[in-house]
Amino acid sequence: MTMLSRVAEHLYWMARYLERAENTARLITANANLILDLPKNIRPGWESLIAITGSRELFSEHCPATNESSVIRFLIGDQRNPASILCSLRFARENARTVRDIIPREAWEQINELYLRANDHLANGLSARRRFGYLKDIILGVQQLAGIAAGTMSHDAGYEFYRLGCNLERADMTTRIIDVRYQDYEAEVAEAMRPFENILWMSVLKSLTAYQMYRRHRQAAVTRLDVVEFLLKDRAFPRSTRFCIDEMADCLRNLPRSQKPLELLGPLDELIDGCCASTLAQEDLHEFIDKLQIRLADVHTAVKICYFEASVVGEGGATSASSQAA
Amino acid sequence: MTISWHSYQADAYFDELIADNGLPRPGAETVISHFGELSDAEIEARKAAAEAEILSMGITFSVYSESEGSIDRAWPFDIIPRTIGLREWMTIEQGLIQRVKALNRFIDDIYHDQNIVRDGVFPKTLLADSKNFRPECVGVDPPLGVWAHVCGSDLVRDRDGTVYVLEDNLRVPSGVSYMLENRLVMKRVFPELFENISIQPVDDYPSQLYACLASLAPPDVDYPEVVVLTPGIYNSAYFEHCYLAQQMGAELVEGSDLIVGDDDCVYMRTIEGLGRVHVIYRRIDDLFLDPEAFNPDSVLGVPGLLRAWKRGKVALANAPGAGVADDKVVYTYVPEIIEYYLGEQPILRNVPSYRCSDPEQRDYVLGHLDELVVKPANESGGYGILIGPKSTRKERDWFAEQIRKDPRNYMAQPLLILSTAPTLVDLHVEPRHLDLRPFILSGLQTYVTNGGLTRVALRKGSTVVNSSQGGGSKDTWIVNDDES
Repeated sequence: MTMLSRVAEHLYWMARYLERAENTARLITANANLILDLPKNIRPGWESLIAITGSRELFSEHCPATNESSVIRFLIGDQRNPASILCSLRFARENARTVRDIIPREAWEQINELYLRANDHLANGLSARRRFGYLKDIILGVQQLAGIAAGTMSHDAGYEFYRLGCNLERADMTTRIIDVRYQDYEAEVAEAMRPFENILWMSVLKSLTAYQMYRRHRQAAVTRLDVVEFLLKDRAFPRSTRFCIDEMADCLRNLPRSQKPLELLGPLDELIDGCCASTLAQEDLHEFIDKLQIRLADVHTAVKICYFEASVVGEGGATSASSQAA
Repeated sequence: MTISWHSYQADAYFDELIADNGLPRPGAETVISHFGELSDAEIEARKAAAEAEILSMGITFSVYSESEGSIDRAWPFDIIPRTIGLREWMTIEQGLIQRVKALNRFIDDIYHDQNIVRDGVFPKTLLADSKNFRPECVGVDPPLGVWAHVCGSDLVRDRDGTVYVLEDNLRVPSGVSYMLENRLVMKRVFPELFENISIQPVDDYPSQLYACLASLAPPDVDYPEVVVLTPGIYNSAYFEHCYLAQQMGAELVEGSDLIVGDDDCVYMRTIEGLGRVHVIYRRIDDLFLDPEAFNPDSVLGVPGLLRAWKRGKVALANAPGAGVADDKVVYTYVPEIIEYYLGEQPILRNVPSYRCSDPEQRDYVLGHLDELVVKPANESGGYGILIGPKSTRKERDWFAEQIRKDPRNYMAQPLLILSTAPTLVDLHVEPRHLDLRPFILSGLQTYVTNGGLTRVALRKGSTVVNSSQGGGSKDTWIVNDDES
């Protein structure tokens, strides 16, 4: 069965946008909980979320004040922020619409309804009292979709592109969360925060729904180093960077011509293996995570060139490809 | 309560199912008696079942709105089928084959020697002003010499029962998927009717279409790659593009999926690399096909596609330029065209038409605008038409001015009193006007659908059958009337 590049690309981006919406919802929920737990003088505030989502410039361009309501609005419902939950869901829906004949009908309906619901009830998301339910609905909505996809979509090339997008986005999001949290708490307030370290890193785990799993697998206290190790290296937790990379490798092995992007995953794995959080100084960890993100972006580019842009940039152009097709 | 056929009044019109004497026409007997025996509750249940089928099959047409994007609407469907006796249909079928054969000969001649012009049968000036004549196509030899591979001809019946061809759609006619889905719905909802009468099947259309398209592939290709080229999800016929692609097992592609190589061959971008494409069933208008050759702003098309087609590396169905015969003024010449190329008398009749390019006929048209239907040469979907008896003074004045300014672009016809068929309206039956669009495939072989898509104007008195304007459809049954 032929799989058109365009169709593969839409499935891939549909998954990425859905994952992005879910992760942003998790992030906001965890941060809100954290703020409630900390004494006033050392509350982390909301700026760090802007940094995590990589939208500092865009935010300062559109929002003069940085406070809870401006950040929340920007992250949940701002149409000018392409990474906002609402925009992500809308992009996911537009991608899904184009491949409606490929994905199961329930999947399309679920995405469509999820967007419409999120849009209709936006006011709930902006209200501190109703925000939790609103975000939970989005997280569960995306999870439900993952279930529909896994349980009703043929596990063929199309499904692999869906999984690939999902895991790449997830790996990227996890490294972002580690990076920003790490910076936050190593700053000058560190001393004042020390008594709360446990709570802080619990919030990091919770933003990734990793707290319970962490507890089960590491019967250690919740410390910065252990959490970083767990989120980077755990082979069993599905939101750890390592797990996502393993999944991506699995997807790629099931796809044709995957040698190039697969080659990029090996060094990524070694990079993670070689990282020892306890010996890394603050700047080094930041640098390390930068490196990880760049490598992940390289994987994306390799996937794009290999599958979505057949012939446009390929050497030899269409003529050489014709012999390949024959 | 059941349907009472005695109170059914279609006196002023020709009714497809009930003759003037109140008795069923040949082929309609079983339908009439069966529906007459169903209780109201049963009719309601069947109607609901049909609607549920339509929803669950996802039979929709798209209406685009600014606020909500593209909306899919369920296709309005009437459960009382429209019947045509097999004997009458066989004549119509022959007429359609004859017509399309002549039209294909005409198009081929127009892009080559233009003998018909030279012999004075068809005026040269008409060609010069034709919006759908493509100079780029002159001298091209498409496979099998066929230009219009898929034709949808609209048939109507007048008050006296005569069947006329209203127009031939030779560019990208749509509607065939509804014909197929309508039959599927009827088979599920009224299986008992199919047991009792011989109704000609329609289901083989997708395989006939595939065979027709595959027969156009370059001769050295054993397994031709056939694709359906769609403008995309916002096109109102997108459902049909998807449906036909799925039914044929062909890939549904958009312009950006295709690329023309340095070797002038067409390839599609797949995750395995580039794959050669041999035949494109294109559902994009000529001018958007290839930004290199036509509209440079088109983002729907494929740069270089026309070049590939001209060199015979890919077949396009329908061929670019086929629309030259899909012109309402050219239409008025079809009887002459049939006689000229085939030496035969036309089997199907044209609606008598006045050509505004002829001074005498133009004067008549201008003097009778309140009685006539005036059509521009190159519009489709019922746009830009003047319906004289229903028009205002202002509209007639505007049309008169247009006709004087550009007479070649207009033709006029008397207003036909379209035939009717009984249609369910709140559990009783009323006559509603309808037409019929059969589809004719021309490849190595010629194929005519058994019946076609019956479109019905659901609003009382209306003759507008377009789905965007309150039209619906019925299943069309070609019934073997020798058996009943």
